Amino acid sequence: MPKRTDISKILILGSGPIVIGQSAEFDYSGTQACKALKSEGFEVVLANSNPATIMTDPESADRTYIEPLTREYLEEIIRVERELAPSAGFAILPTVGGQTALNLAIELADGGVLEKYNVILIGAQISAIKKAEDRLFFKDAMQRIGLDVPKSALVNNLKDGVEFAGKIGFPVIIRPSFTLGGTGGGIAYNREELMEVLARGLDLSPAHECLIEESVLGWKEYELEVMRDTKDNVIIICSIENFDPMGVHTGDSITVAPAQTLTDREYQVMRDAAIAVIREIGVETGGSNIQFGVNPSTGRMVVIEMNPRVSRSSALASKATGFPIAKIAAKLAVGYTLDEIPNDITRKTPACFEPTLDYVVVKIPKWQFEKFPGADESLGPQMKSVGEVMAIGRTFKEALLKGVRALDTGKKVGSEKIEPKILTQRLVTPHPERLTYVRYALRQGHTIKQIAKMTSIDPWFLYQLKEINDMQLELEKHPMESVPTEVLREAKRMGFSDGRLAGTWRLDGKGGQEKVRHFRKKHGVKPVYKRVDTCAAEFESFTPYLYSTYEEEDEAAPTAKKKVVILGSGPNRIGQGIEFDYCCCHASYALREDGYETIMINCNPETVSTDYDTSDRLYFEPLTLEDVFAICEHEASAGAPVGVIVQFGGQTPLNLSLPLKAAGVNIIGTTPESIDLAEDRKRFGKLLEELDIPQAPGAMVASVEEAVEAAKKIGFPVLVRPSYVLGGRAMVIAYDEDTIQQYMKQAVEYSQDRPVLIDRFLEDAIEVDVDALSDGEDVVIGGIMQHIEEAGIHSGDSSCVLPAVDIPAPLLTRMRDYTFKLARALKVIGLMNVQFAIPRGHGHKGNGHHEPIVYVLEVNPRASRTVPFVSKATGVPMAKIAARLMIGRKLREFLPENIERGTDLDTGRCFFVKSPVFPWSKFPGVDTVLGPEMRSTGEVMGVADNFGEAFAKAQIAAGQKLPIKGTVFISVTDHDKPAMVEVAHRFVDMGFKLVATHGTADILEESGLGVERVYKVKEGRPNAVDLIKADRIQLIVNTPHGPDPYFDEKAIRRAAVTARITTITTLSAARAAAEGIAALLRGEVRVQALQALHAERVAAK
Amino acid sequence: MQAILALEDGRVFRGKGYGAKGECSGEVVFNTSITGYQEIFTDPSYAGQMVVLTNPEIGNYGTNPEDSESQRPYIEGLIVREFSKVSSNWRSQQVTDEFMEQFRIPVLADIDTRALVRHLRDNGVMRGVISTLEDDTDKLVAKARAIPKMDGQDLAKVVSTNHTYVWETGERSHLPDEVVGVRDDPARFHVVAYDFGIKQNILRKLRGEGCKVTVVPAQTTAEDVLALKPDGVFLSNGPGDPEPCTYAVDNIRRLMGRQPIFGICLGHQIAGIALGGKTFKLKFGHHGGNHPVKQLSSGKIEITAHNHNFAVDPDSLPQSEVELTHMDLNDNTLEGMRHRNLPLFTVQYHPEAAPGPHDSHYLFKDFVKMMEECKR
Ligand SMILES: Nc1ncnc2c1ncn2[C@@H]1O[C@H](COP(=O)(O)OP(=O)(O)O)[C@@H](O)[C@H]1O
Ligand SMILES: Nc1ncnc2c1ncn2[C@@H]1O[C@H](COP(=O)(O)OP(=O)(O)O)[C@@H](O)[C@H]1O
Ligand SMILES: [Mg+2]
Ligand SMILES: [Mg+2]
Repeated sequence: MPKRTDISKILILGSGPIVIGQSAEFDYSGTQACKALKSEGFEVVLANSNPATIMTDPESADRTYIEPLTREYLEEIIRVERELAPSAGFAILPTVGGQTALNLAIELADGGVLEKYNVILIGAQISAIKKAEDRLFFKDAMQRIGLDVPKSALVNNLKDGVEFAGKIGFPVIIRPSFTLGGTGGGIAYNREELMEVLARGLDLSPAHECLIEESVLGWKEYELEVMRDTKDNVIIICSIENFDPMGVHTGDSITVAPAQTLTDREYQVMRDAAIAVIREIGVETGGSNIQFGVNPSTGRMVVIEMNPRVSRSSALASKATGFPIAKIAAKLAVGYTLDEIPNDITRKTPACFEPTLDYVVVKIPKWQFEKFPGADESLGPQMKSVGEVMAIGRTFKEALLKGVRALDTGKKVGSEKIEPKILTQRLVTPHPERLTYVRYALRQGHTIKQIAKMTSIDPWFLYQLKEINDMQLELEKHPMESVPTEVLREAKRMGFSDGRLAGTWRLDGKGGQEKVRHFRKKHGVKPVYKRVDTCAAEFESFTPYLYSTYEEEDEAAPTAKKKVVILGSGPNRIGQGIEFDYCCCHASYALREDGYETIMINCNPETVSTDYDTSDRLYFEPLTLEDVFAICEHEASAGAPVGVIVQFGGQTPLNLSLPLKAAGVNIIGTTPESIDLAEDRKRFGKLLEELDIPQAPGAMVASVEEAVEAAKKIGFPVLVRPSYVLGGRAMVIAYDEDTIQQYMKQAVEYSQDRPVLIDRFLEDAIEVDVDALSDGEDVVIGGIMQHIEEAGIHSGDSSCVLPAVDIPAPLLTRMRDYTFKLARALKVIGLMNVQFAIPRGHGHKGNGHHEPIVYVLEVNPRASRTVPFVSKATGVPMAKIAARLMIGRKLREFLPENIERGTDLDTGRCFFVKSPVFPWSKFPGVDTVLGPEMRSTGEVMGVADNFGEAFAKAQIAAGQKLPIKGTVFISVTDHDKPAMVEVAHRFVDMGFKLVATHGTADILEESGLGVERVYKVKEGRPNAVDLIKADRIQLIVNTPHGPDPYFDEKAIRRAAVTARITTITTLSAARAAAEGIAALLRGEVRVQALQALHAERVAAK
Repeated sequence: MQAILALEDGRVFRGKGYGAKGECSGEVVFNTSITGYQEIFTDPSYAGQMVVLTNPEIGNYGTNPEDSESQRPYIEGLIVREFSKVSSNWRSQQVTDEFMEQFRIPVLADIDTRALVRHLRDNGVMRGVISTLEDDTDKLVAKARAIPKMDGQDLAKVVSTNHTYVWETGERSHLPDEVVGVRDDPARFHVVAYDFGIKQNILRKLRGEGCKVTVVPAQTTAEDVLALKPDGVFLSNGPGDPEPCTYAVDNIRRLMGRQPIFGICLGHQIAGIALGGKTFKLKFGHHGGNHPVKQLSSGKIEITAHNHNFAVDPDSLPQSEVELTHMDLNDNTLEGMRHRNLPLFTVQYHPEAAPGPHDSHYLFKDFVKMMEECKR
């Protein structure tokens, strides 16, 4: 069946901010869908609140709405779009935006919006979505088609839950309906646990219901990626086997493609089941993901769940096979059938087939518990990882070891600290460190049988690990010089990195890896590059989608074209997320247009950068010195010039820049030396002095003594942190010596034997982020972003507004001036980000009116987290321009007026607010207070022609409801009290009641406000927490009291999170909230298409 | 143990040897199935061939009695990237390495199988020798050149059964606590199956559809077949070149119209010749479980299991008598046909799967329907 002609306009729903369980993979799928549908000539409209995505680029869609993904705003978008084309065939594609998009589609349908504006759904119909997502409907459906499922019951109260659990016996699985990544799910081994988990689950489930289910813990877990077209052709794209058995969320499991331990009979039965499922659920077209559990001793197979949409696993499957699931799904949704779509990679054959692999793919999740002290680190049915890496090898062993080194943990394999005492616990209870402990156990001589018994990991996998261990032991027998070449080759074929070999041979220090590299080259042990081609070489492949391996034949002969290699950012993590992938992709697009062969290196399967058609060549490889250098050498071997870009991928590539340069690689753009200078406290301090730019007094120390010494000299409070880490990892604000003592003790672990920095902590200062473009001579400022929260709250964790709202012009000028100076001094070629802090004069001694000082907090001569945000706001693709500057083009070509007039990029009449999104719901028990250590996983953007509305939209988009009536609970530091009064008045004027703790209440009453007093938690009852639980409070303003927040506030904030009450922890955010609420009270729901905003600005010129 | 593969064109691969010590030779073909190595080893259609499996991890789930397609492995030799030394699966009864050794099949592992596959893809299938004994590669290349070409070889009569026998049991689920298919309903039809190298899953399937199956040697005459009073005749898959199987062609000519006929693979090719068509050799054949085949009448696609080096040339068939029913979407090879007025249809691919997808099981039902109609 050819393309549908009854549709001309398609609204694609994005997945919103990056959160645990819903990450960059939906930017990948959404972007593919946009491209595919646009190229089919449809008018593509996109709604997504996440500005860091590539799909929200103005080019991706015809009209892009960066608006909150709520029913209200979606209805408005639909209304506007319908008005633009009253008679157009108008459809919504809800299957590429994750759970968020599906839930939205249901709301729009149930709310009658689709009907009202005569909009249809394509991809999946409501009935199918409900059947798949409602766990009970789903199970009934499965039983109808004769498939086995774990016994279960749906409950909406604790009593029924406990009763049913009694029937089927513990342990039981608790799974809330309609939540992402299993949020709120859990395992209960006894009644008490059940009460706790169930209570949380019921609360988190939008439908306020949970499934209590028979446990199949320890069974083998599988996933199949299925596609179906309108002619009912169904194909399986990929089978995935989980290394970690049932009980660990697939998103938290090491997974392997293709499945390794199923016979054909068993596999085909699973395949038949998958096909039956997609037909029964009625997903008309597109991709679905179906999960199975298999009893390892009897083969009993149960269906776990189906996702009637593209998912994290389908992104993985796409990268693992080379079959672009989302793109094809989009085409199927508009009527094409699989046999009508060609396979891009082979060109000659159709997409209607089942990919076959002649390599093994391993995905390993990345967790960041170090950022959430107090969080439960054990892994279960609820996903906790923040990102993942994928590795390709010719064997499982090779892929696994490549994956492990791709994780970029900063820790060397073998150097992890092991606590033998907890070995059993680590093996029995799934945990991020389990793999390390399995390795240790093997080394200790535990048998595979024993380990299998404790972990339920399939013995075949364990045997592979044992072979790796045996090789390790073999290698330890010889010093490098006398190791037999055969053993060396064998080890490399298994995936041993040069680094690990160096460690094994005690060749420590920087030179070690290099020695190994030279030694192995001398013996002709070099990697070759093979293609991912969907067909195991049966047909010729036309897309250089490559991976390294130690084999005979190379399939990636470099071309004679001039090349640019772009280093990606590796696994998503807090502080280094999708924004960097955005920049890498843009660099690739731009330089491709400029006639360069662009070469992407990355190992993150969720991203657009690892899509095989983003760059001319894709190397799906770990971002380590060994792997990157090997590729650079390989690409240079044809003689064509090769430039390498390290500026766009965040800290990971930056850490490689000096070693790469030392190895003779040509790094283009800002020099590694400048980058290093900016990171090197001493030298950078000197530079600032020379430029006479103020910086918070600080010192660099290596020992506890030095630290204490320095802190005393600088004066408390001080900010302590390791040098060279992104996302403010392991930072603390120390108000006293003890804190410093403690800190220094564990500091060593993260700081990667680099020194520790101690800075004067600038209290009550406005923080500002500045992004700029520079070609070494000319500099243009992209945006000056004023943070809502003050300095001390990580730039990635605070909301910010562009343009700045209340920073006096002279200060803006000074920041521009500093930025220009810095850019020139550092000879920045490309992007630069500067963070400033401006203490707010008040509270200072003296007669008050002395000029505020503008301090530089840090300079990052590289792409920053805010580049996509600024680009969306200004309509200027900063990353593209930056890439072009790096190949020698001049800023004047692109932004002549700005250079002439010395103006920043124009933001037009609108305000753009960026707000962070936090994973608190995944980590019960963790304090939600913000600090200098970044903890947000994603961001959203709010746009409006006034600051208040923009802020309100950003809050709503971030899932923070701003109430328009009710009671505000206020409890602020003495230091904030005076200023709080004015804000409190605004709340009262808007009709809010006030509740406050004594200190705060006193001040408010003095100013003539009526206040209800409550106790602090430890004072007595009723206290703040009681009121929150009793739904008496709609908004909380609670600024931390000095050094260590009282238990009190933690309790309050926690209660608020569970009760989903917005909590504001800074004064400036309180002001913004007041403005936002005022905007909501004005009641208008207005939306803006990005393209319209940009056009309007061009017209104005 | 080291092992060497030498190809007739002089290309040599050195790797590790597993399974049996010694030497083996044959035509080297590659199979792209991800699962089902045991079924592949034991498929008689592979007589005279050495198989490269593109899936690099082989042997993981061991071997078991239920998953064999015949009494023993028929491949001459096996070539893989990684050969598992252990097996992990609740049905596994023998480690694959031991299985291969027991049946004297040499295994060459640890070579760049992808390079070999690309070589075969670009240069076509060719003869080769695997040796764990000989180290002189020139000698081995010479040996490879010396072995007979597949073209013109009648291997069907070599692998066929030498006596007539009746097949009793239908398909069994591998799942323990599953009740379906433990008993077969009484046979309603009698099918005589020509064994040109038949796969047992075909027999299980036929039995499962309610047919009593009498398996007869490849050279059984049409008269002897009719004497068994069948309701239908089945032409099996098998190894080698269809052209020299003239005896089979004659018998089929004599059975056409007098018996409902269903043929698979070699059976399809022989029927093609019997209908006046020609067969030809494909460059590197179809061997795998992911081939899209279009059913021309409905336009529906089946994902199918293939294992053939030869194919029937559609243009050589009399359009007036023969209707083309199935096409391979990858390269437009003819994959199925039926006679316009006689009860006969055949497919080039493997509806019985084993290994492979089950999308085409319906063909066995079609065969039964055809017999039903003819009975009336
Ligand atoms: N009955 C069960 N027994 C044991 N583990 C289970 C069971 N059901 C699900 N799980 C585990 O919980 C994880 C999440 O369950 P799933 O249904 O996939 O929810 P989600 O929608 O979050 O993916 C699964 O990957 C599996 O490991
Ligand atoms: N001297 C200081 N005074 C107050 N806050 C600071 C100071 N230095 C850093 N911060 C806070 O810590 C956050 C992280 O510090 P930064 O140097 O930006 O590290 P990162 O490299 O993680 O961005 C900043 O966004 C700022 O809010
Ligand atoms: Mg799941
Ligand atoms: Mg910063």
